[in-house]
Amino acid sequence: MLLNPIDLLAAASLPVAEVAGTPRIDLHAVDYGILGAYILVVIGIGFALKRYMKSSSDFFLSGRSIPAWVTGLAFLSANLGAQEVIGMAASGAKYGIMTSHFYWVGAIPAMIFLAVFMMPFYYGSKARSVPEYLKMRFDEKTRGLNSISFAVMTVASSGVSMHALSAMIELLFKAYFKPVHFLGMELGIYDISMVITSAVVLAYVLKGGLTSAIYTEVLQFFLIVLGFAPLVILGLHNLGGWDGMMAKLPEKFGNSWKYMGTTDNPMGVEWFGMIFGLGFVLSFGYWCTDFLVVQRAMAAKSMGDARRTPIIAAVPKMLFPLIVIVPGMIALALTKTPGSGYAIPLSSNPVEAAKGALDYNLVIPSLIAHYLPTGLLGLALTALMASFMSGMAGNVTAFNTVWTYDIYQSYIAKDKTDAHYMWMGRVATVVGILISIAFAYVARKSDNIMDLLQLVFGFVNAPLFATFLLGMFWKRATGHGAFYGLLCGTLAAATFHGLTYPAIAAPGEVLELVGMKGAWIANKHGFTSGMAQNFWLAIVAWSTCFFVTIGVSLATRRTKTDAELTGLVYSLTEKIRQEDEPFWKRPAVLGCVVLAVAVILNIYFR
Amino acid sequence: MNFDLRLPIGLLFSVFGLVLTGYGLATKGDTALYEKSLGINMNLWWGLVLLVFGLGMLAFAKFGKKA
Repeated sequence: MLLNPIDLLAAASLPVAEVAGTPRIDLHAVDYGILGAYILVVIGIGFALKRYMKSSSDFFLSGRSIPAWVTGLAFLSANLGAQEVIGMAASGAKYGIMTSHFYWVGAIPAMIFLAVFMMPFYYGSKARSVPEYLKMRFDEKTRGLNSISFAVMTVASSGVSMHALSAMIELLFKAYFKPVHFLGMELGIYDISMVITSAVVLAYVLKGGLTSAIYTEVLQFFLIVLGFAPLVILGLHNLGGWDGMMAKLPEKFGNSWKYMGTTDNPMGVEWFGMIFGLGFVLSFGYWCTDFLVVQRAMAAKSMGDARRTPIIAAVPKMLFPLIVIVPGMIALALTKTPGSGYAIPLSSNPVEAAKGALDYNLVIPSLIAHYLPTGLLGLALTALMASFMSGMAGNVTAFNTVWTYDIYQSYIAKDKTDAHYMWMGRVATVVGILISIAFAYVARKSDNIMDLLQLVFGFVNAPLFATFLLGMFWKRATGHGAFYGLLCGTLAAATFHGLTYPAIAAPGEVLELVGMKGAWIANKHGFTSGMAQNFWLAIVAWSTCFFVTIGVSLATRRTKTDAELTGLVYSLTEKIRQEDEPFWKRPAVLGCVVLAVAVILNIYFR
Repeated sequence: MNFDLRLPIGLLFSVFGLVLTGYGLATKGDTALYEKSLGINMNLWWGLVLLVFGLGMLAFAKFGKKA
């Protein structure tokens, strides 16, 4: 079995001395104690919050009572799931400093835009969810489309993330655990970690609702920072500081902008596709419309706090590359240093491994195993588990709200008591987690099904921001316009994917086309990388949705009067009076400061 | 809401800090254990960092502005 990363290193026929020093993850009582303490505290928080859960609004919206520093850190953490920590470290090892574009271009501007321009409509409209805003602004069918696709997407991506965690735990600890037999089933470490993490999340979300999820997300934020910082400190110390690390890395890894004039850079993306595709369409589409993050801001105790939520989140977000991207760069630099005793593990696919392909997703766990002694090891693993668990809690709280308010209350059971909807929310929490587990096992069985699902979600998500932008800033946009705009945007995305391929054939070479990557209609255009293809797909989907929405809106009659749209559209909403807030607390002022720092970071690492 | 999040954060990290500092002191001079962390007793030092952070949070919860 070539599953353990240490065995993989041995199989890679590296010099024996390199492999002999490779540490194993070996847990002791103190490590288990740290993990146990964390689990006790999060469940304790759930129980402590139970007495505050009196109405469905407390359960789903935290009764709109939480201070901005808490919602802000939760806003950041809800997105800081496994994919982020593991994936960004992997990208750091693959692309170097260019990965920072996902932060300083692909997140900060959208977060500030949400705070300054969009939060007043979300929070001020008293909508309980993002789909409900669409219902108030447009019509029932637009809400239906958005709520159903969001609900499916959320439980599926929660399942993918649970699979990722359990697969990683299996990889790291399989050697130490024997399968347990229970009711005639053979349960491996994969199943056991799945059951334990789900049970913990279920316990605290059932007790404390959204507030539990938000509080544990804040806890997780500090755990990630304080659990992974020792990796960065030791790694940089080991390599002789920042300059020592950069000296070991390929030349193009040290600049974020210098090589973006063409696609000849590690990401294979040129500046226009990156700024417009990632920085505008994908980033604004995610940060400004995804209920998972927006829900955190909606739980804030006042309009001012709701608007400051994304700005407070933006500050640590800007600095996060240090914790999540630098470890990837450290890992690659160590791999390229003879005698360092560390190398990024080889791919677990024997065919790929024979070609020398590395499993970049193992950067973080293998660095943890390499540097951290018993004690800190427990802390870092707890941080990793915490990020998966709170990611799951984030998904499930967004799911139960959209399910209960936007699907169940709207289409299935309209006029029930508040207690009934709260009961439904609890049921949806349990069912949501069960469906996620089912998706996790599907992902384990077949990568293809999950890849296909994620591909389809990409098509659905890409055009979304055009709908919100027109909805919030153009009162003439109609329900028909929004609905058909979204449909056409999704179709355009699918068609674009069917006509393009993320590779360009060299002269005389015949590309082996794989359907999931594109070109399932015809190969009309090749991109230098999958990322470039993805960014351009987003641009096409967004533009299609934007222009179709405008066209259909102009051709159809308005169904909502100006009075009905008050508080939902920019030109019909009274400006928020900020005189009662000190100058330095105003969202626009804070937003400009954060944006200025982001620009400086971009210039410094250009 | 009357439930101050700073309390559990402070509590958890103070406990982590105490455990790691204690473990670091108990394993002082264990060169085999700290070979990984480049010969630095990271449990001791990082434990102290966590302890300061945890106690700071608790102090905030007790003396700071009520959230």
